[in-house]
Amino acid sequence: MVDLSLEIGRMRLKNPVMPASGTFSEQLGQVFDLNRLGALVTKSVTPEHRDGNPVPRVCETPSGMLNSIGIPSKGLQHFVEQIVPLYSGIDTPLVASLSAPTVDAFAAAAATVSVPGVAAIEANISCPNLEANGHAFAMAPDTTEAVLRAMTAATDRPIWAKLTPNTGDIVAIARAAEAGGAEAVVVANTFLAMAIDIATRRPKLGNVLGGLSGPAIKPIVLRMVHQCSSHIGIPVIGCGGIMTADDVIEYLLAGATAVQVGTATFLHPSAMTKMVETLSAYARTHDVDRLQDLRGAVVLPDDMAMLALAAE
Amino acid sequence: MAVGVSSDWTSEPDAAGVAVAFPISEQVCVVLGNRPVAAGYWHLELDAPSPACQARPGQFFHLLCPSPDERTTPFFRRPMSVYGADANAARVEFLYKVTGGGTRGLATLQVGDALNMVGPLGRGFHLDPAGRHILILARGVGLATLAPLVQLAKLQGMAVTAVLSARTTDHLLSVARMHRHGADVITVTDADGSSDPDHVEALLRPLFAAGRLDAVFTCGSNRLLLLLKRLAKAHGVPGQVALEQQMACGLGMCFCCVRVFDEADGTAYRRVCCDGPVFDLQTVPAW
Repeated sequence: MVDLSLEIGRMRLKNPVMPASGTFSEQLGQVFDLNRLGALVTKSVTPEHRDGNPVPRVCETPSGMLNSIGIPSKGLQHFVEQIVPLYSGIDTPLVASLSAPTVDAFAAAAATVSVPGVAAIEANISCPNLEANGHAFAMAPDTTEAVLRAMTAATDRPIWAKLTPNTGDIVAIARAAEAGGAEAVVVANTFLAMAIDIATRRPKLGNVLGGLSGPAIKPIVLRMVHQCSSHIGIPVIGCGGIMTADDVIEYLLAGATAVQVGTATFLHPSAMTKMVETLSAYARTHDVDRLQDLRGAVVLPDDMAMLALAAE
Repeated sequence: MAVGVSSDWTSEPDAAGVAVAFPISEQVCVVLGNRPVAAGYWHLELDAPSPACQARPGQFFHLLCPSPDERTTPFFRRPMSVYGADANAARVEFLYKVTGGGTRGLATLQVGDALNMVGPLGRGFHLDPAGRHILILARGVGLATLAPLVQLAKLQGMAVTAVLSARTTDHLLSVARMHRHGADVITVTDADGSSDPDHVEALLRPLFAAGRLDAVFTCGSNRLLLLLKRLAKAHGVPGQVALEQQMACGLGMCFCCVRVFDEADGTAYRRVCCDGPVFDLQTVPAW
């Protein structure tokens, strides 16, 4: 029996595969047994009611997709009363993803959703910070650390920080999240992007700009996961373009402790459970007793100085 | 060893390893037939084990379309309403019009090829068993969506009047099938001008005025939707409409396929994939 389990801070997960926020809802339980996943991460909920963005909200791109959904949300009370109970019979930790416009709102939201049934909170700090000209919290270390400090003071639940790749120095952001008390960082959210229909000369998204996800971004996020995991002490959860168990293993080798899967589920609703099955098969075939033995096991060249130079 | 996504999508054990039947499945189905019918429409038949063959009228499948050529690779699945589903024969049928990369890919499928389908998805039509007579008003590809409803109505002993609209008589597909299922079919076309909404309204008014319609159903045309909505409201007849919208997940997770609906307390975005694709006629604004 291969041991797929792992620890993220105070939490123990049965396997490293979980959905990325925004790509999962209870409807997936009509396709497979949600107990088979390592964790369940809900769609981001905001304190305020939001309708979301105008359509079209998604479009196809080569080996990927753009989305600009706009975080439609029915508020925190609806989440606590209507969404959390949907998962009460499931023996898999529920992670509540939160988004909020200010540091105080993030902290208050964290306290509100710290109800039985919510095992951890993912701070979607890729959203605009109204106190910093609309720049995402996770674009700067100081705002990242401030949000994490406020949230960890407001709740006893573990906080995971979902980072944006749309920043110049993601390692500095990851360090700030760790300093703020995050028990893990999720690397990363989508890449800000755009597509234009050359026939109509209009943007392909109703919101003009959107986030790129899918296989197209995997090598870039893998690099970010490797950099972050090399410089922080808390677990890194890799998230970007994972389509198969091969991709999961690649992320583990790069330094990820667990992974989140999003776009793949849109194409193959049972992609995550297939990954779990295939990870077990891979480990058996390769005499890996504990899947976590693969974490950070990438074989690097001896001359690390040269590698560091190449990364400058 | 190559580690990839398995091609076997049909079995889904629970966490304890026990095979469990789930209502929605990702299945690889074998093509039994795929042929052009007329006017750019193709008829696709598949060997589709349960739960696919349990699909109800108005439900849809999310199809992983093959690449039609080297330059086109559809990334998303394509939603396709079910044209026919036979649980006894374990078969599913689609009637599709070749319009873009996805449907061009479907048209390349040969007998014996595999097609990856997710479904059955969405909320289909609801037929009140107490009803005696229903009206169907469809245009273009909407004929394919409403054809299985005619069959179900016949099974439930209801009379069906089908008013079918298309550009030309060549585009009037599934008329023979609806006849076979006992529908009283009236056809109108752009070619002879009979599809004009004023003319269609003149056709429909006596049907409503006779007071024998228990429910009305439509798909495929904004103008016909508005017409039917107005007449059904005036005569107090309940109605349903099947909508289309671009989709990513098809299951209700991504919230990309929303449309605005009229609710009791204002308007609200609802997801076409899982709140529909069939909606109450009176809640749907024009698009």
